[in-house]
Amino acid sequence: MFEQVSTSENGELVINVGPQHPATHGVLHLLITLNGETVTKLEPNLGYIHRSIEKMCESLSYRQFIYTTSRMDYLSSHINNHACALTVESALQIEIPERAEYIRVIMSELTRMASHQLWWGAMAMDLGALSPFFYAFRERESINDIMEETCGARLTMNYFVPGGVMYDLHPNFVAKVKEFIVFFKSKIDEYDELLTGNIIFQNRMKNIGIISKEDAISYGCTGPTARGSGVSCDIRKIYPYSIYQKLDFDEVIEHGCDSFSRYQVRMKEMRQSLKIIEQLIDNIPKGEFQAKTKAVLKLPKGEFYTRVETARGELGVYIVSEGGTSPYRIKFRSPGFSNLSALEHMVKGHKIGDLVAIMGTLDLVIPDIDR
Amino acid sequence: MITFLKQYFKDIYQAISSLLKGMKLTGYYFTHHKEIITQQYPDNKSTLVLPERFRGEVVMLHDENNEHACTGCSACELACPNGTIKIINKFEVNAEGKKKKAIDAFVYHLELCTMCNLCIVACPTDAIKMAQTFEHSVFDRSLLTKQLNKPNSKLREGVE
Repeated sequence: MFEQVSTSENGELVINVGPQHPATHGVLHLLITLNGETVTKLEPNLGYIHRSIEKMCESLSYRQFIYTTSRMDYLSSHINNHACALTVESALQIEIPERAEYIRVIMSELTRMASHQLWWGAMAMDLGALSPFFYAFRERESINDIMEETCGARLTMNYFVPGGVMYDLHPNFVAKVKEFIVFFKSKIDEYDELLTGNIIFQNRMKNIGIISKEDAISYGCTGPTARGSGVSCDIRKIYPYSIYQKLDFDEVIEHGCDSFSRYQVRMKEMRQSLKIIEQLIDNIPKGEFQAKTKAVLKLPKGEFYTRVETARGELGVYIVSEGGTSPYRIKFRSPGFSNLSALEHMVKGHKIGDLVAIMGTLDLVIPDIDR
Repeated sequence: MITFLKQYFKDIYQAISSLLKGMKLTGYYFTHHKEIITQQYPDNKSTLVLPERFRGEVVMLHDENNEHACTGCSACELACPNGTIKIINKFEVNAEGKKKKAIDAFVYHLELCTMCNLCIVACPTDAIKMAQTFEHSVFDRSLLTKQLNKPNSKLREGVE
């Protein structure tokens, strides 16, 4: 870690955090102005992992571009792929077999849990507690094993294709997921025992990083970050896609507006994801896993937009088509970017030691911000 | 003053008791070795089993007669998003004097491959599949460019 230090004219200290810093979970560069130990200004500097995914997509066909989105928010790659597949399907009006819808939702919720588990471990590590990281990765490992067996990859799956899913479920899938549900239900209580109830931890989280409901809306925060401030913004509830309207689950909303509320939203969301999977896993309908589609997909001329709820918030896929085999323009509205923009508001006036704690609760994935 | 001290010692008591609660869990795993799932990776190489769908690299299947099923139709080359596959075709003259298309070289650039599996799905004759190998590091970059069809291999009869 190398930090360049300089002093500004009025005696305030300007320091660089990152781009290579373990607490930023990626190559994020923060330019922080300090007055003593208090943060007075924070300026994120982006672009260190920009791979021009949007531009790359313009030269790829509608089957090929989906794999690039696994590399945006790599912790919820299934959900990113889902958004892209949904956009192409809605443009071409392809009917998805019910089995594929069930598989997609189960996979998405497993991904959401795996993502929240990693967040939980990484955030505790930011605060100086190392052992939660190992516990979180133990549970995440069993999800990854399930994914690996059915999808063939652990992180960048590319399992959802326009028209359904790439392969049928592995014969062991249902049994393994059921085993996991039982296993994880006991472990999630362990999480609470280990960290949530800890007074030292609570004192570092409560009344820290406050963002009011109005501010959260005006910064465009989505996902658990906004729901911790009392904003109802779960796309699965307000604009249901796939089979989410049939399912019985709650939108988790906390009204504390601080780091601890954001923490609790994610912890409760894991339980909700378990609830969703429990409803689906016994009733996966038999039949096709992929609809019959043309070999070359051509979208009609026009503009298409779909949004889904990833583990971090709202992901929007906007495709402008000129009628050809590849998109004229693609824009991804990624949740991390707008959540990061609210960071300055949350950190201002707090000590620099709290910066890492606040950033941890935002659950930033830098490749998702830069794309 | 007394209330402050009371609160102060109460805080300390709560902090230590909640810490101990977490330490109890750590102690449990410290004494229960069977629940530890860490794998000793390079040592367990002989017993390591990867799922059959695991995507490690693209390989071409050859049978015992050194015959493969690749007709050289280039479907995989078109499906690949990164230009990983390059098929070089040749024309063979068969016994009846007819010209027939066959592959000369199936060039696969492992260094460009993202393991998206689109080529495997696109292949109409199931000539290629994903192998479970994953240790791809080599000292020379050119070693990552591979020719997948074995020398002197032929197209299996009956595959169109």
